[in-house]
Amino acid sequence: MASPIRILLAKVGLDGHDRGVKVVARALRDAGMDVIYSGLHRTPDEVVTAAIQEDVDVLGVSLLSGVQMTVFPKIFARLKQEGANDMIVVAGGVMPDEDVVALKKMGVSEVLLQDTPPEKIVSRLRELVAQRGAR
Amino acid sequence: MVPSSELVARVQAGEPAAIARLISRAEQGAPEARDALTRIYKLAGLAEIIGITGVPGSGKSTLVAKLTEKLRANGVKVGVIAIDPSSPYSGGAILGDRIRMAELAGDPGVYIRSMATHGASGGLAHAALEAADILDVAGFGTIIVETVGVGQDEVEIVKASHTTVVVSAPGLGDEVQAIKAGILEIADIHVVSKCDRSDANRTVVELKQMLTLGSKAKDAKPPWQPPVIGTSAVSGDGFDALLEAIERHRATAAGGPLGRERRLAIAQFRLKKTAETMLLRRFADDFAQDGAALARRLTCRETDPYSVAAEFLEQTTFCESHGARHEPDGRSKIA
Repeated sequence: MASPIRILLAKVGLDGHDRGVKVVARALRDAGMDVIYSGLHRTPDEVVTAAIQEDVDVLGVSLLSGVQMTVFPKIFARLKQEGANDMIVVAGGVMPDEDVVALKKMGVSEVLLQDTPPEKIVSRLRELVAQRGAR
Repeated sequence: MVPSSELVARVQAGEPAAIARLISRAEQGAPEARDALTRIYKLAGLAEIIGITGVPGSGKSTLVAKLTEKLRANGVKVGVIAIDPSSPYSGGAILGDRIRMAELAGDPGVYIRSMATHGASGGLAHAALEAADILDVAGFGTIIVETVGVGQDEVEIVKASHTTVVVSAPGLGDEVQAIKAGILEIADIHVVSKCDRSDANRTVVELKQMLTLGSKAKDAKPPWQPPVIGTSAVSGDGFDALLEAIERHRATAAGGPLGRERRLAIAQFRLKKTAETMLLRRFADDFAQDGAALARRLTCRETDPYSVAAEFLEQTTFCESHGARHEPDGRSKIA
């Protein structure tokens, strides 16, 4: 009995644009996933704590405020500190091309920009979880 | 993959990642986790379990957050199991209870786990009771189980918690009347939320009146009378009274016949749920194997569903294959 993919969708910092993350949450729910939504204005530490307690396969962080190069290093530092090295981290939102490259180098598994169709998001997440395998 | 048996000691040490993983394994129903869960069950039983239930939008999550803050102020470690419904269409779920519990996010003395119902009826998720045991063993002294927003007869929480709090919201008017034969009966404590609203007092009065209707005239004095408590998350009113009522219920139940009956009911419910799960899994496996072949005989109407179903049940042992004996008498009782 395969259990559904669990994902935490998080909004970090002062960014209040949550329309996109809600569209994604709905699309993932309709694809049969268990989606935990953090609500707005979380800190990187809070998001990582929640992701660990919820034992999610994927931590998805939505950012439309341009602070990705500040937020993601903090998230990875905390994940490392907690020993959660098998967590798949995905970024979503609006960010410049050079940041996409840097984020992937940092360990972000995928960056899904604002024009990504929902079905692409679903299939990419399924791929990433399948690649990671059972844990 | 870390074996589940190794996770038990780490759960006892309170390691968040181990707690999280073992709850996932329980949710998956992985046979590999069974020995670990057996050990967990035997180690558990120290925590006080508070069930919070009520109609959708009545303010359960907000109440859980406020109650948790109060308990934390008293130094109690709190585990929260927050259940939300799965979509009947896609099987997916949006678990949003954490949104209302934002203030608890940074506190290591609080562990919040969201669970989806995945087709379970009754207001709880499949592994909610296992999750409570795991948090119990991890040292959380109070575990709050928040059910899905319930309708009328999703009352399983009463058989899974030591104290059940039913949350009603003002302004639902006739709804109070409508549900009085359902979840309102199971309350050890009634809460009327959103008491900053002007019509809240009416709901409190209605509930109190309804409770007097139910009192048995011949009974000398019942050991516990459910109080009705108004709360407001806006002003913070009522939560001290709620905590005090929970304490009082705990004290009344502890050691007395009330508590003994409740603990037996909880154990019996747990046993029933576990047996049902085993039965259904076995049934599903056997049916997946033979169902199509048996159904083929039905399509040409050479036989009937009653005979074929009886034949199918005859062949199914309904017990777990390893070490279980095949007993025809026991089987007919289960069927």
